[in-house]
Amino acid sequence: MTASTTTASTASTAVEVQGLRREFDGRVVLDGLDLTIAPGEFVALLGRSGSGKSTLLRALGGLDGDYSGSAQVPARRSVVFQEPRLLPWVRTLPNVTVGLSAAAARRGPAMLEEVGLSGHARAWPVTLSGGEAQRVALARALVREPELLLLDEPFGALDALTRIRMHLLLQELCARYRPAVLLVTHDVDEAILLADRVLVLTDGRIHCDEPVAVPAPRLRSAPAFAALRSRLLAELGVTEPG
Amino acid sequence: MTAVVTPTTVDLVDKDRDRAQDRDRAPGDVAAPALTEARTFAPRSRRPLIPRGVRRLGGPLGVLLVWHVLCATGVLGERTMAPPGDVFAAARDLTASGELQEHLLTSLGRVVQGLALGITAGVLLATVSGLSRLGDDLLDSTLQMLRSVPTIGMLPLIMIWFGIGEQPKVLLIAIGTTFPIYLNTLAAIRGIDDRLVEAGRVFGLGRLGLARRVILPGAVPGFLVGLRFALVGAWLILIFAEQINARSGLGYLLTLGRSTYRIDIILLALSIYGLLGFVADAIVRLLERTLLAWRRGFTGS
Repeated sequence: MTASTTTASTASTAVEVQGLRREFDGRVVLDGLDLTIAPGEFVALLGRSGSGKSTLLRALGGLDGDYSGSAQVPARRSVVFQEPRLLPWVRTLPNVTVGLSAAAARRGPAMLEEVGLSGHARAWPVTLSGGEAQRVALARALVREPELLLLDEPFGALDALTRIRMHLLLQELCARYRPAVLLVTHDVDEAILLADRVLVLTDGRIHCDEPVAVPAPRLRSAPAFAALRSRLLAELGVTEPG
Repeated sequence: MTAVVTPTTVDLVDKDRDRAQDRDRAPGDVAAPALTEARTFAPRSRRPLIPRGVRRLGGPLGVLLVWHVLCATGVLGERTMAPPGDVFAAARDLTASGELQEHLLTSLGRVVQGLALGITAGVLLATVSGLSRLGDDLLDSTLQMLRSVPTIGMLPLIMIWFGIGEQPKVLLIAIGTTFPIYLNTLAAIRGIDDRLVEAGRVFGLGRLGLARRVILPGAVPGFLVGLRFALVGAWLILIFAEQINARSGLGYLLTLGRSTYRIDIILLALSIYGLLGFVADAIVRLLERTLLAWRRGFTGS
């Protein structure tokens, strides 16, 4: 079977993956994986290192070839990587609008303002802090008005305080733009805090699919939060003391 | 006295180096190394007594003075070295007759034409090699082989092909400058972060867009390194090319000086080469400041 990544999405599903399989030198990373994401749904994907989380995300983003199975994804997709990946020789605003048509690029300044960086439009990326650069990367992804937003551990390299601010910003922007989101992370708290549904990837398949039923505001101290946290950690092979 | 102040200053700046110096230091001399360190890191607001530009002139002026004294006292004989005054006189005479300007312009014209050809060829070849695998397979090994042929060694062949007019001189400079531009630009293209290219692709850049927005701008630092080498090479090749069958140009001036035993003219031509090299370097530095502003976070304000 060859991979077929079609870029059409129906009204009821944004992402529809069936039997996705990928091997690296005989080692099976994705083993007939199925996944459905509804439009506007925020899904977090957990998994141990090397479990194939990023491989799945890259498959949905069309970043790698060589898959078998079928995946239906929207045509308008955007990615935020772990590193900002801004072009160092391009100022902030043109970094946001890179690759866009002139008409679409007009949304750039407004988008930059939404991530709170309108004052930095003419700054060089090297002068931005880690959090600022990642906010630019978020603006670059959202200015494309994606139907599917792929987040590959986007806050992994940020300090704890900046991460909290980024969580709030992401929630706010997702509420406004309503893309379907796949967030790859290794941070269980982050997954519960942000997602509508949390998946755990084990042995190349999705072994755990938990809707997050913690009422907002999702506080770590809430019993439902703690219970889900323990379940997910157990699924990841971590048992907490106590 | 100074020893009391300097250790704290240095401490703030570079503890490790200071400690290393402490170890190496003989018990007697405490102040000397630390003092230079402290000066280097002294706050900028403290203006030096003499402006830096003037201080920088001190070196060349000193050389002129020593040179003059050596000639005037007869340490350097008339048949060995002309005094600086004679060189200035030669410059004045040749300028008055218009010869110097003519030679200078001729040489400059040759270098500019040769460089323009060499830069164009180098960048084009590097782009083809860097952007397409086929181009790389066809071009790179060939160019790597040609590169090891000394450019000056091609002179006889080029003279047979193109005669002794302007063409061979310009062509020789073009050949000599193509390689440093090619090699350094290609190395820079190869060194571009894969992840930036991937991101560019994700955000809708096509092949042309990737080349224009990601790969070529990323290769500019390498290109400028190549340009530095090319500029040095261009003047070097020019001397050779102009000493053979030339009727004008700085190389001709050198030959003229030799055949008429005018050491002042030889020295004049050499100083002009030196000055031109200095100017060329300044131009590259200016280019770096504008083209590589993104590296230092220079916002142009």
